[in-house]
Amino acid sequence: MSSEAQFEIEEDGEGAVRLVLSGPYLVSTIGEIDTQLRELDSGFDSIDLSGLTEIDTVGAYIANGLAREHGVEITGASERAARLMKAVGNASDGVDVHPPRAWVWQRVPQGVGILVSDFFSAMLGVVAFLGQIVMAVGSLIRHPSRFRGKALVRQMELVGVSSLPIIGLMSFLIGIVVAQQGAVQLAQFGAETLTINLVGRITLRELGVLMTAIMVAGRSGSAFAAQIGTMKLTEEVDAMRTIGISPIEALVIPRILAAFFMMPLLGFYSAVVAIIGGAVVGDLLLGIPFWTFLERIKEVVPTYDLYVGLIKAPVFGLIVALAGCYHGMQVQGDSEQVGLRTTQAVVSAIFAVIVLDAFFAVFFTELGWG
Amino acid sequence: MAEEEMQLDRYERYHGDRPIVVEGLVNRFGSSVVHDDLSLTVNRGEILGVVGGSGTGKSVLMRSIIGLQVPDEGQIEVLGRSITDADLDKDIGVRCRWGVLFQGGALFSTLTVGENVEVPLKQFYPEIDDGLLHEIARYKVILSGLPEEAVNKYPAELSGGMRKRAGLARALALDPELLFLDEPTAGLDPIGAAKFDQLTQELKETLGLTVFLITHDLDTLYEICDRVAVLADRQVIAVGTIPELLETDHPWIDEYFNGPRGRAAQASQQGSNSVDKGGPAEA
Repeated sequence: MSSEAQFEIEEDGEGAVRLVLSGPYLVSTIGEIDTQLRELDSGFDSIDLSGLTEIDTVGAYIANGLAREHGVEITGASERAARLMKAVGNASDGVDVHPPRAWVWQRVPQGVGILVSDFFSAMLGVVAFLGQIVMAVGSLIRHPSRFRGKALVRQMELVGVSSLPIIGLMSFLIGIVVAQQGAVQLAQFGAETLTINLVGRITLRELGVLMTAIMVAGRSGSAFAAQIGTMKLTEEVDAMRTIGISPIEALVIPRILAAFFMMPLLGFYSAVVAIIGGAVVGDLLLGIPFWTFLERIKEVVPTYDLYVGLIKAPVFGLIVALAGCYHGMQVQGDSEQVGLRTTQAVVSAIFAVIVLDAFFAVFFTELGWG
Repeated sequence: MAEEEMQLDRYERYHGDRPIVVEGLVNRFGSSVVHDDLSLTVNRGEILGVVGGSGTGKSVLMRSIIGLQVPDEGQIEVLGRSITDADLDKDIGVRCRWGVLFQGGALFSTLTVGENVEVPLKQFYPEIDDGLLHEIARYKVILSGLPEEAVNKYPAELSGGMRKRAGLARALALDPELLFLDEPTAGLDPIGAAKFDQLTQELKETLGLTVFLITHDLDTLYEICDRVAVLADRQVIAVGTIPELLETDHPWIDEYFNGPRGRAAQASQQGSNSVDKGGPAEA
């Protein structure tokens, strides 16, 4: 049995020309001869299918198309072939498989327009979201019994306690890097001992809180967006509203408060661990005994450095949680949105945190807490 | 068996009588046993309905047959090739011979309906050129009973019923010999469900398909299934036509077919039979 789809043009004695198809005309065999069949000239009066060993809808479609294009009859079709050709017969061409696509000069202004309008509607969305939160806080103050203590504790555990290992490891390594790199540079001035000032001040003032905020954004901000987004998709949020539970009160407020309360603790913890990392480097590379390093920290780091860090931390936590919850609540439609919104939540949270950190730096310096 | 090559001949359709044979299947999830020594045979050219209460492992059975779930014990043969003996993901040539319609349609959400249909074609037959690919996608979509305009729509733009049909179009993309349908009429309105049943029946007859159909829909069972397999007590407790099943006196089967819904479906079936006697369906 032939294992390839073939075709041949045959002429019988009386001048009738037939296109004879033979072999299996299946989706698995058609690819190789389809182009040749399409290039055929109209030099035949009929198509003979009696030589086909197998046929499926693709074969039937091709035979049908040939007959229509050249305006000829099909002969010798088996019962199955005839049935299949009838089934695919009314398929016409016309609609493109790909979605319609406008021209470039239409697409570009359209894209810009959509960006601008999206920007303004996002602004409105943020304002509306903040408004909802303020209202929810107001109503919680009036009805404190509605406050979800359990949810708050649960979120505090997720945001705070379970992130201790990763934040600890990160901070320890940052302390090591700052101390080691700082020592190399300061050694050029013979001022290795200032490494203590460097590590102490930079971690308490800036790095501890900033890196923690970035970690919380990546860890908890994204989780907020994904959880709330998925709950919106599965209509859990709608179910809550129907029962009379405000999703803002039940989902958003506990998460925001958890981040707000946990961030200062995490930031302080991060700074402490980073200082320990620095002290380890001091002990091993600089010859400053571990405990001496810690003693000196007390003397060289002004207390207001700690205040700077502790004031910034809850603000950063608020921003990270707001971004996560806002983007989660904006999810609608399909699961792709969840991924998109989660990414946006993390990116916008980190961006906002860094911008705000710059403002804080200038602000506190102006206050005299330089 | 040894002298036969592992690869199925790609130029020939399956001519055996029993495209699916399951023997002694055991599936366990932790301590819960879903299937225990389950056996089932599907005949070529039939629509086999699979019924059973929730959690009796209908979907697990289907997933085992199509190789998504590796059974703990037992033999499964599809189109004369053993799924269970083959290495995981080894191409034994059956993957392009079946089409699967998952419960939710499982369409790729970033692709249009037409592009969804093209995915399996491109995967298995990269030599087919784009023009023909688009044409195949178009006629499969129409064959599945969707309007032509649906070809370039995204799944999110379609209604539930249309999504099922689009999933069917993708399942039919490779001109399969076996078609697996997982609750095709669940979530459809009665009119849509009846039309989908009719479509399944027509496709089975024109394309010569063997259909493995999981369903809860009694009307589907009465209308289009040639035989029905009942899953209960971790096994297939009975296989046969509905009259045959009614003769067995298993309590679950009795409750299933003689409950209020079963009676209603039965009544409507008898009613419709007397109305359109000269019915269609030349086999």
